This record gives sequence, C-alpha cells and structure tokens, in this order.
Amino acid sequence: MSYRKIFFAVMRRDLQVAIQRWGDLTSPLMFFAIVTVLFPLAMSPEREVLRGIGPGVLWISALLATLLSLNALFRADIEDGSMEQLVIGPHPLALIMLSKTFVHWLITGLPLIILAPILSVSYYLPASGVKILCLTLLLGTPTLSLLGSVGAALTAGLRQTSGLMALLVLPLMLPVLMFGARATDLAADGFDPTGPVYLLAALLVLAISLVPLASAAAIRISLD
Amino acid sequence: MLEARKLSLWRGANCLFQDLSFEVPPGNALLVRGANGTGKTTLLRVLCGLTRPEDGRVCWNGVNIEKEPEIYRSQLAYWGHLGGLKADLTVLRNLQFICRLNGLDEAAVQPVVTALSLDRCADLPVRHLSAGQKRRAGLAGLLLSTAGLWIMDEPFTNMDDNGKELLRQKLKQHLDRQGIAIVAAHHELDIPGHTLQRLTLGAGQ
Repeated sequence: MSYRKIFFAVMRRDLQVAIQRWGDLTSPLMFFAIVTVLFPLAMSPEREVLRGIGPGVLWISALLATLLSLNALFRADIEDGSMEQLVIGPHPLALIMLSKTFVHWLITGLPLIILAPILSVSYYLPASGVKILCLTLLLGTPTLSLLGSVGAALTAGLRQTSGLMALLVLPLMLPVLMFGARATDLAADGFDPTGPVYLLAALLVLAISLVPLASAAAIRISLD
Repeated sequence: MLEARKLSLWRGANCLFQDLSFEVPPGNALLVRGANGTGKTTLLRVLCGLTRPEDGRVCWNGVNIEKEPEIYRSQLAYWGHLGGLKADLTVLRNLQFICRLNGLDEAAVQPVVTALSLDRCADLPVRHLSAGQKRRAGLAGLLLSTAGLWIMDEPFTNMDDNGKELLRQKLKQHLDRQGIAIVAAHHELDIPGHTLQRLTLGAGQ
C-alpha cells in the first residue's frame, strides 16, 4: 500500500472527526482573535505604538493559540484505543503522525493565517507587512504544530499535562516566534525580510523531515 | 507460529510473570485465564509489541518481533477492551477506514455488517451504540483484517448469547483457516473441533 494512500486515509478520518467536534476547534481561533483585539483597546491608540507592537502581539497570540490546541492532539486517540491500533499496525507510524499533525495544522493553523490580515488592521500594519505576516505564519505555524506534536505525544499518557507540555515545547518554538515577528517587523518598516523568512523555511523543512520520527517514538513510549 | 520465550515482567514490586514460555502453532488457540489484576492484558500487550518485557522475547515464525516488526504487525490483529473505534463517527465510516488502511475494498464492509446484525445501527455514531453493539462493531473491525494472528482481550464482555455464539463461530473459522488466536477471558471457552491450550496467570508465581 502506497504511503500516499495511508497518509490520505488517516487524514480523511481525522478530518471527519474534526468536523464532528467543531466546537473544540474554534476555541483557539477565538483566543487568537480576542487577544489581538484587546491589545489595541488596552494600549494607547497611537499609531506609532500599535505599529511597533503589532507583529509581536500577532505572533505571540498565534503561538499561544497553537499551544492551547495542542494539548488534546492525541488524547482522544489514546483514550478510544485507535492510537494503539495505529501503533501496532504495519504502516510507518512516522507517516501517520505526520498526517495527524497536518490535519491539526489545517484546522488550527490555516484559519489563523486567514484571520491574521483582518486582525492586523487594528495595528496599522502596511500592506508589505501584512503580506510578510501571512507568509511567515504560513511557514511558521506548521513548524509549531510539528514541534507541539512531540510534546503532545510525550505527555499523552500522563494525567495532568497542560503545564508540562508548554514547558517542554516552548523553548523549541522560540526561534520560530523570533524569526516570524522579526521578519514582519522588518517588512513593515520597509526593510528586506528575506533572511528571517528563509530561516523559517529551513526550520519547517527540518521539522517536516525529523519531527514525525520523534513523535512516533514518543507515542510508542507513551503507550508502553 | 507464535512463541514466547522466557518472558518476565514486573510492575513495581509485583511480578506479573516470570520465565513464561509457550508456543502456539497455526490452527491453535491459547486461552489466557487468571483473576483480575494478574496481568492478562499486560501479557497480551507484550505479545502485540506494545509493552516491552523486562526479559525474554516474543518470536513470530522463529524471528524476534522486535527485529522485523513490520512483517509481524501485518499479521497481527489486536482487539483490546478499548475497541479502537472513533466515537464521533458512524459504524460504517469507522469500518471503511479500517478497510482502507488494510488495503481492502470498501465493499467488504457491508457483508460483515450484515453478518453481525449491525445493519440497523450502521449509520449511527459509535457513541450512541449500546455496550454490546460497540463490541460487535469492534468484532467487525477484526473481521475486516487479513491477519493470521488474532489477539483478543476479554472478547465476550457485554456480548449477548447470540453474539457469543457468533464470536465462537468466527474463531472456529479462523482456526480452520490455520489462523492463531490468543484469547484472554474469565470463563471457559470451547471451540468445536479444536483443543485449546490453556495458560493460567497468577497461580503459584
């Protein structure tokens, strides 16, 4: 059976489950929207101040929204036994984990990218900044989902995990946050953001190729 | 042939089993018995390769399952007490997924659903099924695999008389096809035309 078929079979089922649990999915998105809308209300409404903090706030909220949604990533799969079926199945577990993480990104990361340009209006970001904000989110949020999947897989077998999970993966996510916010900042100020954007792309490629192996190993440990 | 060679496993200070060895040749079934908490489920998880034994190994056709896990896993179907079905999806969708993953045609689902009298609830989400219907749906998943080794954890729980009889029949057909079955159960099991090997855990260990 081809890898593509396995990838899409797992993806299709996870999307079907996600559609049934629509309510759970919107909460990270709501979090992202609320935080980014509240900042301009609480800070001084001066153009310069908001323009200065905009990229940082948008990126931090995106990171925290992703982190919020990661806790439950494999929980349901482990509780209903479908994860152990996948683990003892003959198909490569890393591929299955990649497929599951991709679905997670589709339902949490992708809506953030669509929402971000609308929310960036309140920060007076110029068009060049908004373009790079979306590009960096497009490159950065999959990396965040992937890194988070290792943490979620490692803590999946534990009872109370929310704090531990953030502690584990947050340090790994910091480079993504720094390059993402910095590139947006540079572009908004009219400078060339190519450097940090390339670095984000490199991080994504690295994460796609290595992280699924790590989360597959982590989930095996969690199920032992 | 499935072999266990000198398996030992401890949980904290509790020894669940030590130097446990057995062989189950094709066409045979092993009934694992024992009181609650004596390690039946743990033994089955060791045989599946989910839990690593502290000592000893499990061999499939003479090869350690940790050496060639893909070959072993393609021959293995495990039916644990969790069931492995998605509660939010309908029975049909769950079974179609199993078919796709096993490389079977989706048309294989309908006969199995009918054979297990699941027609009426095939379009219901698994969470709305009764406990017994959930077990039947789990059994349907098992029947949709092409595996030669069935490992079942308390398969008779929550089954009605008709379901138990059906399961016994399916086990017999599986053994007639030279399959291997490992069944953990509290009570006796008889499969007409086959003698079962027995293993009792927690007695004198």
